[in-house]
Formats: sequence, C-alpha cells, structure tokens
Amino acid sequence: MLKHILTSLTGGPVTEAAPAPADAALAELAGQLDKAAKVRLGRSLSIREVDAGSCNGCELEIHALNNPIYDLERFGIRFVASPRHADVLLVTGPVARNMREALIRTWDATPGPKWLVACGDCAVSGGLFAGGYACVGPVEEVLPVDLRIPGCPPRPADLLAGLLALLETSAGR
Amino acid sequence: MYGEEPLFGLLNRIGTPVEGHRPWPRYRLGRDGWLRLIEGLAGNGWSLLGLWGEPKAVHAAFREDFSGDVAVVSLDCPQGRFPSLSAVRPAANRLERAAHDLYGLVAERTTDPRPWLDHDAWGVRRPLSEQPAAPVPSPGPYTFLPVEGEGLHQIPVGPVHAGIIEPGHFRFTANGETVVRLEERLGYVHRGVEGLMQGRPVAETARLAARISGDATVAHSLAFARAVEAALGVEVPARAVWLRALMAELERIANHLGDIGAICNDAAFAFMLAQTSQLRERVLRTADACFGHRLMMDRVIPGGVATDLPERGAGLLLELVAELRKRFPPLVAVYDGKASLQDRTVTTGFVSAELVTRFGAGGHVGRASGRDQDARRSPGYAPYDELNFEVPVLTEGDVNARVWVRIREVEQSLSLIEQIVTRLPAISRGLDHPSVPLEAGRGGEGMALVESFRGEILTWVRLDGEGMVARCHPRDPSWFQWPLLEAAIGGNIVADFPLCNKSFNCSYAGHDL
Ligand code: SF4
Repeated sequence: MLKHILTSLTGGPVTEAAPAPADAALAELAGQLDKAAKVRLGRSLSIREVDAGSCNGCELEIHALNNPIYDLERFGIRFVASPRHADVLLVTGPVARNMREALIRTWDATPGPKWLVACGDCAVSGGLFAGGYACVGPVEEVLPVDLRIPGCPPRPADLLAGLLALLETSAGR
Repeated sequence: MYGEEPLFGLLNRIGTPVEGHRPWPRYRLGRDGWLRLIEGLAGNGWSLLGLWGEPKAVHAAFREDFSGDVAVVSLDCPQGRFPSLSAVRPAANRLERAAHDLYGLVAERTTDPRPWLDHDAWGVRRPLSEQPAAPVPSPGPYTFLPVEGEGLHQIPVGPVHAGIIEPGHFRFTANGETVVRLEERLGYVHRGVEGLMQGRPVAETARLAARISGDATVAHSLAFARAVEAALGVEVPARAVWLRALMAELERIANHLGDIGAICNDAAFAFMLAQTSQLRERVLRTADACFGHRLMMDRVIPGGVATDLPERGAGLLLELVAELRKRFPPLVAVYDGKASLQDRTVTTGFVSAELVTRFGAGGHVGRASGRDQDARRSPGYAPYDELNFEVPVLTEGDVNARVWVRIREVEQSLSLIEQIVTRLPAISRGLDHPSVPLEAGRGGEGMALVESFRGEILTWVRLDGEGMVARCHPRDPSWFQWPLLEAAIGGNIVADFPLCNKSFNCSYAGHDL
C-alpha cells in the first residue's frame, strides 16, 4: 500500500488535458442561459444523473469521467446524489414510460436555475427505441432540453467537451 | 443423477419433438404433459434456463446439470392459460409475471400473481398479445408483501438512486439497523425490446440486442448472433469465432475491473476504484483501437464480426495483457492485506449454495456460492474448446468471495486473450472480411447459451419464412440473480446494502428489457 502511495506521489498525474469545449454545444447553448444564473453559479456545476431507460452504456462512460484520467472534478463539475443539490440533470435513455414520472419529479425537485442535458442518442432522439409502446422517445418531449450530447454512447471526451461548454456558457457572460 | 429419469427420457415420453429447432431439441407438450413435467421437476435437479411467452404459447428451457443436456418445452395455450412452474422453480415466477404483462398469459396456481413489468404507464395492457387491452382506468398502487412484527420500519429507495446507476425500487423493512426483508420492484427501464424486435430484419434486431444491457453488449450480441446462426444453420468463419471470444474476454475484464473497484469504493476504500478505473480505461482504449468502439458495440453481428483486428491490434493486445499482469497483482495484494476492507466484505451478503442451485443463478453470484457452471464450458462453444482456462469456484458465498471470483476471472481472461491473439486463425480463403452473408428468405428456430461477464445469457429466436425475426427472447443472467439479492441482504445492516448490491451487479436494463 505504501509503495502505491509513493508511486502515486512521485509518478505525476495520470490525468489528461481537457478537450476544447465543443463548438456545436457552445453554439447551442448561447443565449439560453440567463445572466443572473451565470453570476450565481460561477465556475462550478453540480450534476445529477438520471437514467430514464438507458441500456447502461451511457452510464459506463459517464462513470469514466470520474476516473483519474478524465478527472471531471478538476473543472468544478461534480456529480451529486440528490437533485436538490444539482444545477444540471444529465438524462440518459429514451424515457421509458415507467420512468417518466420519476424523471419529471426529479426535475421538479431540482432548484432553479437549472439545466437539462440529454446524453446519448436515446435521450437525444429516442434512438432505436422511439415509437414503441414502452418509451416516450426524446427527452425533450417530456422536459425542456438545453444541451444535447449525441453518441451511442458518447465518448468521455465528448461528454467532457459538452459539459465544459455548459460551464463556459454559464460562467462566461 | 439422483436415480431420476433423464431429461430426454421424460420429454420423449410426454412430448413430441418440433422440427427445425437447433442446436437443442424442442418438445411440444400437451397440458397433461406439462403437468407431468411439473411433477418431475419437483423431484429432480434440472435447472430452469428461461421461460418466455408468445401470444398463444409458453416456452421454457431446462438443463440437466449432470449430463449438460438442454431442451426447450412448449405448451400451446389457446385460452391464454398455463399451469405455473413457480411452485417447483421459484425463479420462474418473475418470468411468468413478465409473460403475463406482455402477452396476457395467465400462470395458474402461481405463487405470486402481481404484475411485474407493467407499471400502468404504457397506456395499454398486454401490448404483445393478439388483443392488447385498454389500460386500467384508475390503477391502484403496487402492493408490497406485508411484513409484520414489532419495531419494524420501512425504507423505500428509488427508482432514482443516489449515484450514477440504473433505476429500480427497493423496499427495505428494517429493525433498527438490521434488514429484516428486502423486496425489489423492477421494470422501470422496460423499453419494450422484445416487441421492437418482432417483425424486424436480423441486422436491425442485432442492433437492439447490442443495447439490451450496455455493459454486456458483446455477450448479448454474441448470444443473438449464435441463436440466429443456429436457426439458419450458418457456419461463421473461424477468424470471426476467435475474434468474438477476444471481444468477450476484453468485455469481461473491463467489467470485472470496474466492479472490483466499485465494490471497494462502497466499502469506503476509494483508492481501489481510482486504480482499477485506470486499468479499465486502459482496456476500453485498447478495445477502441482494435475494434473502433470502446464498448465494442455492434461489432459482433450475425454471420461473423463487423470489424477485423487491424494489423497493429495483436501487439496492442499483448501489451495490454503485459501491463495488466504487472499492475493488477499489486492491487490484489492490497485488497487481500487490508483488514479494514475485509472487515466489510467477509461474511457480508451471504448466499447459500442451496439457494443459488434452486434459482439456477450463474456468473460470480453462483460461482462464489459453489455452483460450478460456466456456459463457455457447458454446453461449451467455439473457440473455448480449444483454449485452456479454469472456471474459478468458491464456496463462501459472501461479498468477498464474489470479489475473488472476479479477480481470478480477470487472470483467466488475460490468459485467454493471450492464447487467442497468438493463435488467431488467418482469414478464410475467398473472404475479404471475417463474416458471411446470411441467406435471405429462410426461417428456423435457434437458441444460444453464452457466458457474459455477469453469467449465462439465453437467447431464443424464431425467424419467419422471409428471414424476419418473428420472436426473440433474450434472457439476461440477472433474472436468476436479482431474487437472491433479496436473500443476501437479510440480517445485514442497511449500510451494507450498496456493498451487497455492487457485489452482485445485476443488470436493470437487461432484466427489464
Ligand atoms: S445512447 Fe446507446 S449507450 Fe446510451 S443508453 Fe442509448 S443505446 Fe445505450
């Protein structure tokens, strides 16, 4: 154990440089965020993740953001356990009808100002699951969406770029 | 075994074999035969492998564990009713409830008739039956099982949990800190996968199969592909067979590494997660470099594989194996040497050998409680018959044992990857890609058993005369593991639930479909 700690201390960080905030995401966000909110949030975001019918693939890559290589927290972005502590809901999945109410309640429990990010093709468009009896489809059919991060699942770098864009926009002006 | 009649002996007497079901036989039973089967099941050790519905029929699959024989039995139910297997095979109960919610099939004399996947939110009842029905006008709340006693209180948790995990509801009844009973309520991530698969071309259905449970995307894709290939009698190129196993073992390692770290993290030992998540990332990046997708989604397709290993792939994989062999053992030593960690994992979340056998639970849940079953070995499939590997089995049945089974499996999978990479067959002559086209316009029925990182997947498929998917049932291993989590937590403290749950790591999406 001691050896591990020593290697970690002397070995330098394993964390990689951040990708540039995604241009498309920046453009999408521009103008959506209200000034007062930016002042209030500063450069930090608390995210509550909600699986609304995901296959769990998106969750795996969101998890990866927390590993020491992507190290999301260095940007002031962190995942929180309760929607009451969150600024952002990060929603995955094609909104399974069995999850619709829980998703809406989670959104209602999140204090404003708040943003909603649709993560993954399922959340963005319903993916392969749109049109069935069991799913609503895109998250935007249920709640207002501020940012879309496509991919199946989005790579951690894409997630990071999207979230950084959200951060920049929210703190930028 | 036990001096009972062999599986095929009984089925040949009470049923008639159905033509064109591969590779194992399917028997059509009459109602009397089905009742005889139930009688037989009460006195023998055949494992239930799955149970699934169709609008006017119910099917179940069994394995005689001793001989390894596998068979499917079917009962036509024109009235939409069949005698329940739940009294003799408790693991059948939730599957029967699912068949009821989707197809309207009524399990007579069931041990539990409550709905399971249907939460009164679809706007339709029995959506996959011939006559879907209007929803119940004002549905009441779901009734949880009653718990009586002094000083008991209930803790409802979920469906949205305090973490980046899938949704499900847990109803704890506790006496102070101690859990007296846990009752699960699942189905929140039901996406209607089986309904969406119906009537689709094989290639599209394969994409759905790849998204049944994202962490086991390779294994589910493989199970679907093998079932389709069995139905059509297709032989895939040798190189594809080996590449599939390569991907499956990469998937197994990536998940086990993530789980080992996450279990320790739930015992407040964050160091391990920080370390194993780096190793996991290393595996995913190698997978990405070799197959163009970090989770290798849509890479196993009916007929073969979608992407061949690039030239530098072998080198990358051997480097990965070497690096993990260097970095993983010291972490195992840390796990083994930390008394504070062992204090949390040893004896916690115990599951008895009797219970895993009764529920036919596989994967690390079964093998940590002495159930020596691995689909790669029995029934077995290529190329594993040509590879050297051991199936680690422990008997302690606690969180610690489930961690150790994973540790040992990581070591085995590293060896498998090395063997596969060094012996990978060249591409077959006349092919420019390791896959063969499926002949269009043919039908058939096929089934596959595939070992995912989580345990055994059963996938059953029927293709119609046009080669479209008429019915597909993918049964995730979680179906037989979830019920045991309820047993594992009994008598433990509430605070140990995350630890127990992580040590199982059942799939919600794979179960809810
Ligand atoms: S976008 Fe892809 S990975 Fe994400 S939940 Fe949907 S199917 Fe799974």
